[in-house]
Amino acid sequence: MQKFSAFSLFRQALGAHQGWKPQWRSVKPKAAYDIIIVGGGGHGLGAAYYLAKQHGLRNIAVVERGWLAGGNTARNTTIIRSNYLFDESSSYYEHSLKLWEGLSQELNYNVMFSQRGCLMIAHTVHDVQVFKRHVHANRLNGIDNEWLTPQEVKEFCPPLNISPNIRYPILGGALQRRAGTARHDAVAWGFARAASDMGVDIIENCEVTGITRAPSGEVTGVETTLGPIKARKIGVSAAGHSSVVLGMAGIRLPLQSNPLQALVSEPVKPAFPTIVMSNTIHAYISQSDKGEMVIGAGTDSYVSYTQRGGLHIPAHTLEAITELCPMFRRLRMMRSWGGITDNTPDRSPITAKTSVPGLYVNCGWGTGGFKATPGAANLFAWTIAKDEPHPINAPFTIERFRDGTLIDEAAAAAVAH
Amino acid sequence: MLLIKCPYCGERAEVEFANGGEAHIARPADPMTLSDEEWAQYLYMRDNPKGLIAERWRHAHGCGRFFNALRDTRTDRFVMTYEMGQPRPDVTPEQAAEAAR
Ligand SMILES: Cc1cc2nc3c(=O)[nH]c(=O)nc-3n(C[C@H](O)[C@H](O)[C@H](O)COP(=O)(O)OP(=O)(O)OC[C@H]3O[C@@H](n4cnc5c(N)ncnc54)[C@H](O)[C@@H]3O)c2cc1C
Ligand SMILES: [Zn+2]
Repeated sequence: MQKFSAFSLFRQALGAHQGWKPQWRSVKPKAAYDIIIVGGGGHGLGAAYYLAKQHGLRNIAVVERGWLAGGNTARNTTIIRSNYLFDESSSYYEHSLKLWEGLSQELNYNVMFSQRGCLMIAHTVHDVQVFKRHVHANRLNGIDNEWLTPQEVKEFCPPLNISPNIRYPILGGALQRRAGTARHDAVAWGFARAASDMGVDIIENCEVTGITRAPSGEVTGVETTLGPIKARKIGVSAAGHSSVVLGMAGIRLPLQSNPLQALVSEPVKPAFPTIVMSNTIHAYISQSDKGEMVIGAGTDSYVSYTQRGGLHIPAHTLEAITELCPMFRRLRMMRSWGGITDNTPDRSPITAKTSVPGLYVNCGWGTGGFKATPGAANLFAWTIAKDEPHPINAPFTIERFRDGTLIDEAAAAAVAH
Repeated sequence: MLLIKCPYCGERAEVEFANGGEAHIARPADPMTLSDEEWAQYLYMRDNPKGLIAERWRHAHGCGRFFNALRDTRTDRFVMTYEMGQPRPDVTPEQAAEAAR
């Protein structure tokens, strides 16, 4: 693997940058692996990386039906935060946030993690109470989160309109300063490069079409569009397609796949210093390093695998954004797109063993799993390697829907990006 | 945006409707005898199909009535809508091919 450093950049510059090599090996699948990860998004690639790095396993393949990280990893608005309400969630997301903080160094790959803060603004008395409760709950767990008055909100993020006369006036906000954004592709590429270097095979344009099992029930491998591949263990990290892939082993999941859309404006000079989210009027916005305003819309209401969604959904978000930031009224929107999010009824994920021996699943991240990329990958790898969950992901089972131990962030937050 | 055919009013824009999730999930006839596993299946587990789905819609900003629809989730094309209480209609191969297009 070619190391990135100021020195290597200088040396490559002398050779007119002709000496850079591909970042990961392009391979044909072998006949058998110890572990197959289904889904080459950030979560799947990261799981392969941690299996190799932390658990010393090497005979691993990541099988991806399209190109690397072309799913939700490529389509999200990259908000990273850990200020969730419940202890189970905040410890999972905080585990991930801590990994983000060292990830560029660990991978020798700049994931452009920028801790510019995330400000969740309140518009009603109910919002104020809920967010203050979040602030207290987080601080009890050692996670930074603080309450800002409207004036402090304005100082922290000047484009916001704190007039008391708008339709949904800003009554304050909860600020997590360690929250931020990262470069979506870079985290996937960084994991792919480091995993490939340790011997993990990354197989693109190869769709898993079946899961094969022994008469006694345990998995024996997968059927793919490039032929069958044997495996002792299979970890599925297929986001919006989790129901489809787990269905191949006869498992039903508490998931609904919905389109979620995002859009970006024309690039402008630095004008927006942080991430602002509003649950009540459903808006979230930050500015990319390229200068585009990155705006996330709500989910379309129906089950779909089309990666499209209706235009009225982003239009609704833009109404909210332009009321909060009137100066953006004249910005042109350049592109919009959709991804398919896998939503659980309690809006919390599943990182767990399944009822089929040798089959593991990491799904249900829905509209908010980018922030969890290193954390979920890390704990999914643990769960697969040890055949039991880590204490942090132990509550995030499929069985919680049978046992009534939901982790109801849906009720706690309403928006979960 | 979808164009949805309310069986009572005709074709209307999607913004007039509210989606009600998968259709034909029958309320348990005898809830007292249900196991936890059966409750979980009824309340939370879904087919979430990639392909034809039978789903509920409500014409919320129109006649206000519920109805069912068959739609292909790969294309978002509707095969048909039908009245509440009717069983899931059979689909001809031609209809399925048309919806998948
Ligand atoms: C518009 C939008 C905005 C979002 N904003 C945020 C945000 O601000 N913050 C946040 O934390 N999260 C956000 N999310 C959610 C986040 O993107 C996802 O939760 C996260 O990226 C999931 O990562 P993943 O690696 O599991 O999924 P993906 O990147 O989707 O990877 C899954 C992969 O599995 C592959 N696959 C599926 N079926 C098969 C098969 N049969 N065989 C082989 N491969 C298969 C897919 O092709 C895909 O590449 C957003 C999502 C969207 C769509
Ligand atoms: Zn009607």
